Amino acid sequence: MIRLTAPFDKKDLKTLHAGDNVLVTGVIYTARDAAHGRLCAALEKGEELPVDLHGQTIFYAGPTPTPPGRPSGAIGPTTSMRMDAYTPAMLAYGVNALIGKGGRSEAVRLALKENGSVYFAAIGGCAAYMAACIEQLDVVAYDDLGTESIKRLVVRDLPLTVAIDSEGNDAYAMGVQTYLESV
Amino acid sequence: MRDIHYNTIAETVARLCIEANTLLPGQVEGLLCSACESEPYAPARDTLQLICKNACIAREQGMAICQDTGMAVVYAELGQDAHIVGGLLSDAVNEGVARGYTDGYLRKSIVRDPIRRGNTGDNTPAVLHLTLVEGDGLKLTVAPKGFGSENMSRLCMLTPAQGLQGVKDFVVETARLAGANPCPPMMLGVGVGGTFEKVTELAKEALIELREGPHPDPYYDVLEKELLEAVNALGIGPQGFGGKTTCLSVRIKAYPTHIAGLPVAVNVGCHVTRHASALL
Repeated sequence: MIRLTAPFDKKDLKTLHAGDNVLVTGVIYTARDAAHGRLCAALEKGEELPVDLHGQTIFYAGPTPTPPGRPSGAIGPTTSMRMDAYTPAMLAYGVNALIGKGGRSEAVRLALKENGSVYFAAIGGCAAYMAACIEQLDVVAYDDLGTESIKRLVVRDLPLTVAIDSEGNDAYAMGVQTYLESV
Repeated sequence: MRDIHYNTIAETVARLCIEANTLLPGQVEGLLCSACESEPYAPARDTLQLICKNACIAREQGMAICQDTGMAVVYAELGQDAHIVGGLLSDAVNEGVARGYTDGYLRKSIVRDPIRRGNTGDNTPAVLHLTLVEGDGLKLTVAPKGFGSENMSRLCMLTPAQGLQGVKDFVVETARLAGANPCPPMMLGVGVGGTFEKVTELAKEALIELREGPHPDPYYDVLEKELLEAVNALGIGPQGFGGKTTCLSVRIKAYPTHIAGLPVAVNVGCHVTRHASALL
């Protein structure tokens, strides 16, 4: 198992291959549909973002409210495809890595390759299990969006799969092909 | 005539919202466990095992199985000899949803307007389906629906000439297009017949009611099995990274339709297809 520390160094991201399973420890930020809408609108206007996301990792996630006595509520990836329209701009801005679930558009695959960035997949619908990987959660922007606010997460051993590597190889297509060839 | 009070309905709906989001129905867990045993592809098997483990953690710790605790779809089967007192049924249901999602630390995922957005803050309103049945009781079913899978659902008004093959192709194509997005292994509810709106209701009912045992009509029983096999032959696998277990179940509901039509709808569910019911 490969262990990585977030935020990632692009040098380390280059060593990853589509299909690799990794455990991530460190700091990542949540942002999903509504936050992306605001972030990209700010970028278009040339405004400064409310959080410095240069070199950071974005997790497409909206957790449940944090129950008393726990660091986080249930948490897991949302469908990444909905962020495809925003992703090339986020990568061009300087985001290093993305975490979500499901396939990406060709434009995103090319943008990942161009920027030497990586798209990781987390297992969807395993939110009680994944909550145990969150050590700290703080809302850092767009609090009015509720679950869709930007949250800074400190994670430990978050299990992820390299879904699209920095060369643009896609683990979804490769995985299905490997399985179909095996039967 | 039997009175059923507004407060009883609200309290029950609140409890069912929490129960549905934290306890995976035994039948779904059973299907996942069997899939763990029958999945030949090792990476897929590992994913299925983690999914099963997650359901156990959620149950033991009273946590949501999935962070998308859904839009609350509520079925009210009201006995026509019952009388609701103390307020409107729809208000009681919405109050129950607001309470359940707040007290249960469930996610508030509903926006006030589909275009202008704006979170309502308490996961209301619910989508309420009311049917009148025999007797003087009220059966309430809360089925939280996550949108990773809901977004992958499709409807088509086929022509009669497209027939059975048209239905089969549409179902398999829907699963193929859904791919990794709806958190496979998915569950498919298929509606055939009726009208434009009826067919989607059939699809949702087929998905949610998790009928025990074979389809009562042998024709559809064979079709369900054939479709399950065809979808699993796609090789999408758990989470879309390849494998045999793309789909856990296909359930069909049919209804008479017009001489000119063959509506078909597929409601896609994830591996956390959930509901909880209570009879008042």
